[in-house]
Amino acid sequence: MSTRAEIARLSVPDRGRFGAFGGQYVAETLMPAITELEAAWRAARDDDGFWAEVDALLAEYVGRPSLLYHARRLSEDVGAAVYLKREDLNHTGAHKINNCIGQAVLARRMGKRRLIAETGAGQHGVATATVAALFGLPCEIYMGAEDVVRQALNVERMRLLGAKVHPVESGTRTLKDAMNEALRDWVTNVGDTFYLIGSVAGPHPYPWMVRDLQSVIGREARAQILAAAGRLPGACVACVGGGSNAGGLFAPFVDDASVRLVGVEAAGEGVASGRHAATLGEGRVGVLHGSKSYVLVAPDGQIAHAHSISAGLDYPGVGPEHAAWKDSGRATYVARTDAEALEALERLARTEGILCALETAHAIAALDEVAATVGRDGVIVVGLSGRGDKDMVTVAERRAERP
Amino acid sequence: MSLRGAFDTAAAERRAALVAYLTFGDPDPATSIDIVEAAARAGADVIELGVPFSDPSADGPSIQRAMERALVAGATLAGALEAVAELRRRGIATPIVLFGYYNPMFVMGPDAFAARAAAAGVDAVLTVDLPIDELAELATPLAAHGVGVIPLVAPTSTPERIARLAPFRAPFVYYISLTGVTGVRAAAPVDPARLEIIRQAASAPVAVGFGIRTPQDAAPFARIADGVVVGTALVDRVAAGSPAGAAERVASLIRELAAAMKR
Repeated sequence: MSTRAEIARLSVPDRGRFGAFGGQYVAETLMPAITELEAAWRAARDDDGFWAEVDALLAEYVGRPSLLYHARRLSEDVGAAVYLKREDLNHTGAHKINNCIGQAVLARRMGKRRLIAETGAGQHGVATATVAALFGLPCEIYMGAEDVVRQALNVERMRLLGAKVHPVESGTRTLKDAMNEALRDWVTNVGDTFYLIGSVAGPHPYPWMVRDLQSVIGREARAQILAAAGRLPGACVACVGGGSNAGGLFAPFVDDASVRLVGVEAAGEGVASGRHAATLGEGRVGVLHGSKSYVLVAPDGQIAHAHSISAGLDYPGVGPEHAAWKDSGRATYVARTDAEALEALERLARTEGILCALETAHAIAALDEVAATVGRDGVIVVGLSGRGDKDMVTVAERRAERP
Repeated sequence: MSLRGAFDTAAAERRAALVAYLTFGDPDPATSIDIVEAAARAGADVIELGVPFSDPSADGPSIQRAMERALVAGATLAGALEAVAELRRRGIATPIVLFGYYNPMFVMGPDAFAARAAAAGVDAVLTVDLPIDELAELATPLAAHGVGVIPLVAPTSTPERIARLAPFRAPFVYYISLTGVTGVRAAAPVDPARLEIIRQAASAPVAVGFGIRTPQDAAPFARIADGVVVGTALVDRVAAGSPAGAAERVASLIRELAAAMKR
């Protein structure tokens, strides 16, 4: 089946919404640009030529398909057959590049001359800077000043790739503030600039477009697990910050009613501490960065501070399709703490020789709980969203603090 | 005085209406009420009272800082509503537009917010992140309580979008002079014909804002628009010295700007 035909089987938001969630809550100045983007996306999505261009880059440049690896020692430890969807092996080291390739091809089709992006952990910033270099487009990245410190290695990577990195000093100096600043750039330079959003968040059509572009994870994984295990998995598990890696893994399995979909949010220092990023678990419905979804809010409607050891999950919002899946019960969402994520990172390293990102480690930390629901003969597919090199300083510091 | 009445009065006096934006809660809630009172008494025809939000993605650095100061000082949406009620108790009849982002209003509940806004004496609400495509979910409950909405029109707005303004029966329309955030770039010239198209489509007066700081900036807009909005320059006056002197610093700029409204 062609990519276009596979994509055509995925859900389409109804008037910009997934159930009650989504929409276009943005400044009027941006609305014509968003309408133009939506029309361009509809046309590209239905165009074999667009997908041929994207698929060629994914194969020849990113290195797809990514492996679906049967992690035997981890499986033994967990008590179910665990397969890791190795997005960490992509060029640039995470799933983020899948989306960037697609949006860059779209930007070129639309004649946009400049790319901007927000980034948290820096993986999306690196992936955007990478495609900008590949396509010969100028690129500016907005990154919270706190994340610039936490993820210094990725800042250097972006600069080497020719991107201009703007540390954002406002608000909580993390991902949400980087997104505010990117929106300010876009509203100022809306004529020639393409805003390459890195998650399934933001105004329609971004949640839909990014999920479609990331669905290569789930489309490949579904075919690979059928070939390897001879059946569908009992569960798919992925970490959720904004939710692009989980959305991309889950979407092609949504119609397979027997497959449990489990998203793992960041519980930070524990949800009871108030210092966490468990938006679906602990938040309420609100409006942030262009869409209606679950949001962490204070009682007076201000956006609350999120916290996670992993900069990529440190976000008080979440994609609207996840909100719809939560409310319909199609997916379930759990949360794991900083400490649990760190233990899971070590566990994966020692059982399988794979150093995953701290974001990804949250998904690994939920495997024991998920294994109990699929049984010893059960199969679990895990979105191994990124590699851990960027986190080594954080991990070393945390390990040194241990008694 | 109603919003439409304020524009009608200004027009009858052959001048544009002066629309003054100030952030509630900056530098603290009590002082900001005094500042707004002073602005109204100094000759502002309409007050836009900014409701602080943690993520003001359409605002430039001055108003971002003002909102941060206000939030640190304990400002909330409920506090802004109470401030409007207090201004009414002090005899300020100047029409007041609450100017903010949607999330605090949504979290309060659109119906509850509309009822409280009406009770406090709010004339209309301007929500930066509710384009006309999403505006009905707030405009409908507000209308049920007799409170208006102020739609924004941008340089990028297409004729098709401008034609959709009519059903909102806006007391006035806010035309953004340039693409960008508040208070960063100098205002760009505006084609009077474009303002006339908006006026006709909305059956409402049109105020122009963004990048208008001084009487010299304001004068050319006063000749072609029904109202002129000044925000960042006033917010900068609040921050330019002691809190005790803020009301007079703002009032003196209001007086200068009001003199520049003549056609």
